[in-house]
Amino acid sequence: MKTKLKLFAKARDLVGAAELELDLPESATVAELRTALGEHSPALQPLLASLLVAVGTDYASPTTRIGGRTDLAVFPPVSGG
Amino acid sequence: MIQLTHNPIDFTLLTESVRSNQAGAVVLFLGTVREMTEGRQTVALDYDGFPEMAEAKLRELEAEARSRWPVIEAGIVHRLGHLELGDISVAVAVSCPHRHQAFDAGRYLIDRLKEVVPIWKKENWSDGSTEWVHPGAEPVKSQI
Repeated sequence: MKTKLKLFAKARDLVGAAELELDLPESATVAELRTALGEHSPALQPLLASLLVAVGTDYASPTTRIGGRTDLAVFPPVSGG
Repeated sequence: MIQLTHNPIDFTLLTESVRSNQAGAVVLFLGTVREMTEGRQTVALDYDGFPEMAEAKLRELEAEARSRWPVIEAGIVHRLGHLELGDISVAVAVSCPHRHQAFDAGRYLIDRLKEVVPIWKKENWSDGSTEWVHPGAEPVKSQI
């Protein structure tokens, strides 16, 4: 299923785009999204393990199903303040 | 007041917005752009954010603080964009009946902000290089 996500900070720079579309099964979880991201954008590999995933405005848990969602965001650890 | 802004933070306005006759204490925290970090010199910081989620998380943090302390008013403003040395990147203002409550609630808000609110800073070092700050995701530095 077409799955849309926004990218921020170093993840956006490494991919070279602020948004991505991936094809994921409906049952896909955060772990599968990481794998798919790494295959789509090998430049993200050093960052993959630390990437956080949000659905809407909430952090996804490891078991959240995200396939087919269009309101995902993927970003490295935060550093505001 | 929960706000993300590209403009300089009016911390006087923010502080006034939390003042109340019910409060015996008002605490204001300002985060400012520091020049030196572990021997390296910063010339500027660029802040990026995911505004919808950042504002939602800031509202959640305010609600958490209100559930733990008798907060009368709380306000958090975070700046985004290009900031020079000494500029204010974030301001947190809290009013409570007593000072220890206001200090504790203010500290909680800024500490949690740094952990969960999707905002990122990029260092502009004095040698001309730039570097995103992503705690826990940095390349392992060699031990010398």
